[in-house]
Amino acid sequence: MAENIIEVKNLTKKFKDFAAVNNISFDVSKGEIFGFLGPNGAGKSTTIRMLTTLLMPTSGSALVAGVDIVKKQTEVRKHIGLVAEKIILYNHLTAMENLEFFGKLNHMPKELIHQRSNKWLPRLGMKSWVDTTVGAFSTGMKQRVNIVRALLTEPDILFLDEPTLGLDPQTTFMIRTFMQELNSQNVTIVLTTHDMIEADALCNRVAIIDHGKIAALDNIENLKRKVTNKTNPTMEDVFLSVTGTEVRDAPGSAKLETGHHGPFGRGSDQERVR
Amino acid sequence: MLQMPLDLFYIAKKDLLEFIRDRTRLVTFIIMPIFMLVMVGFIFPSQSSIKNINIGVANQDGAIGTKLVTVIDQLEITAGTKAFKVKYYSNIPQMKNAIRSQQINGGIFIPSDLNKDLTSDQQANVTIVQDQSNPQVAALATETLQTVIENFGQSISAPKIGVLLEKTTGKSSNNAIQAILNPIESTLTGLFAGKTNYFEFVAPGIMAMVVLTAVLTGLGASVSRERETGTLDGILIAPVSRISIILGKAMAQSVRGLIQGIIVLLLAVVFFGVTIHGNVLLLLLILLLGIFSFVGLGILISASAAEQETATQLLFMFQFPMMFLSGVFFPIQQMPVAMQDISKVIPLTYAIEAMRKVMILGGGLAAVRTDILILLAFGAVMLAIAVPVFKKMITN
Repeated sequence: MAENIIEVKNLTKKFKDFAAVNNISFDVSKGEIFGFLGPNGAGKSTTIRMLTTLLMPTSGSALVAGVDIVKKQTEVRKHIGLVAEKIILYNHLTAMENLEFFGKLNHMPKELIHQRSNKWLPRLGMKSWVDTTVGAFSTGMKQRVNIVRALLTEPDILFLDEPTLGLDPQTTFMIRTFMQELNSQNVTIVLTTHDMIEADALCNRVAIIDHGKIAALDNIENLKRKVTNKTNPTMEDVFLSVTGTEVRDAPGSAKLETGHHGPFGRGSDQERVR
Repeated sequence: MLQMPLDLFYIAKKDLLEFIRDRTRLVTFIIMPIFMLVMVGFIFPSQSSIKNINIGVANQDGAIGTKLVTVIDQLEITAGTKAFKVKYYSNIPQMKNAIRSQQINGGIFIPSDLNKDLTSDQQANVTIVQDQSNPQVAALATETLQTVIENFGQSISAPKIGVLLEKTTGKSSNNAIQAILNPIESTLTGLFAGKTNYFEFVAPGIMAMVVLTAVLTGLGASVSRERETGTLDGILIAPVSRISIILGKAMAQSVRGLIQGIIVLLLAVVFFGVTIHGNVLLLLLILLLGIFSFVGLGILISASAAEQETATQLLFMFQFPMMFLSGVFFPIQQMPVAMQDISKVIPLTYAIEAMRKVMILGGGLAAVRTDILILLAFGAVMLAIAVPVFKKMITN
């Protein structure tokens, strides 16, 4: 059995009285693509934010790359890369200036930043855009540079929070293929997505989180097998059978969302916290 | 340990680079101090406000009244610039109506018996009519008119005194006449030659206020903008201490503030004739310490405001009382005691006080030592409070 690279035990995050993540436990094996699915406001992003040290858990514990996320945050950060829901790039800086900035913050020498950028940028078709300011890029171009940024440190674990949201089919295809390529190089990937085809195509195992709790966790085949009312169930069938068809009002995100995009965020489950 | 200042520097450099590339922010950054200086320099009354003020005259006397009116009409503030523009009316009610319709900013009524009183050894009387809707101009105009009338009166009494002196002592001289008319003459002297004007008083305050509020706004907005766009996550996920993040941002704002301060200073000197009597470097050091004293407050605001909009609202809450209580526009000594006490807990007060000492009075380090120490203490205490709050808020 493969060694666990993430071990989550009874992890809970409460915002006042509301438990966004409620006592969840799961493991992620080294080298797998682990899907983290769930309706809006279910607790996916909150979990990702805790595992990436951006949010302190209320209780419970988690080891990421064998390191405690509460006690040794700086150490955890050395092992992870994050492609968050929002693109982490500065619009007024060029692609290379962005990469240099984040590389330096990760204490990388300039030569190494350039070496790694030159390795990934051409692969994602962004080589000729290094000296263009990011503000001039399309969303797809930004996301490609954003992924290179997350890979600069060559992390053991890459967290991807809805990486293909709002992208055209070509860019989506490129990014999915790239994820598989990275995974074949032994990078563990934790992926949250609302795209069931994406989850089906990429993930070895999937956890479905609902109301802050893990409602199902298994490999794709086993999850599909549990859907009894369809002959050839898709991941969407799996998802709906686990979480139901009722539209969520996502009360949690109403409390958590601090932006002014309406009470439930922008239609996606970004648990924005201060 | 060496890594922290490096991280701090990378963040400051990135913030400044972003700022330089953002044309809108860059333009506002330069326009704002120009706007403030022009507003204050030209709008607030100063010596140069006594220029072509419309004055009504109702002269009911003949020749002697005309003489007084001619003096008023010919009075020049500087060579070629007349103080008053005389308009003629026949009585006080007419002048009051003219003031009401803002045709004149004051008036002078010369009664029909002026000459009679003057020639029959009676004290004569002229009436100055004030425009109460504009106290500042009214005060300046009245003061000038009173001086004119006083001098005019003395010019009438001087020959009479001369005659009396001749009769009683057998000799008369100008000096003897002046000694009776004006037994004590006051001489004005300051630390420097020349007059100070309101603008010189207000310039250090404007400089400190523009810079410090820009730093406060900048720091709050810088953190909340990164939060909103999501880039803050990229910094937070790097193995960088929270202190270097916020101090790096504060450093970028300080550099911006200093540059803005230099712009204000250059504008004040070149376009508004402000003279810096003290050391410019000391002035900039005080400005930097002023910024330091504000950084903590900026951090607290940025930590508590999740959005730029909230940050701006919070800032307004601080900015207005600060602007009026720290002595930017009026000397603190003119305020009620309770307000003076409040002004003492605002660091801006000390920054402005120290800057005035250096700019206007030519004070050195010794003159501003206490202010510097207070600013340092403010900064240190606020930072000690703000940094842990920021650390806590950022990871919730």
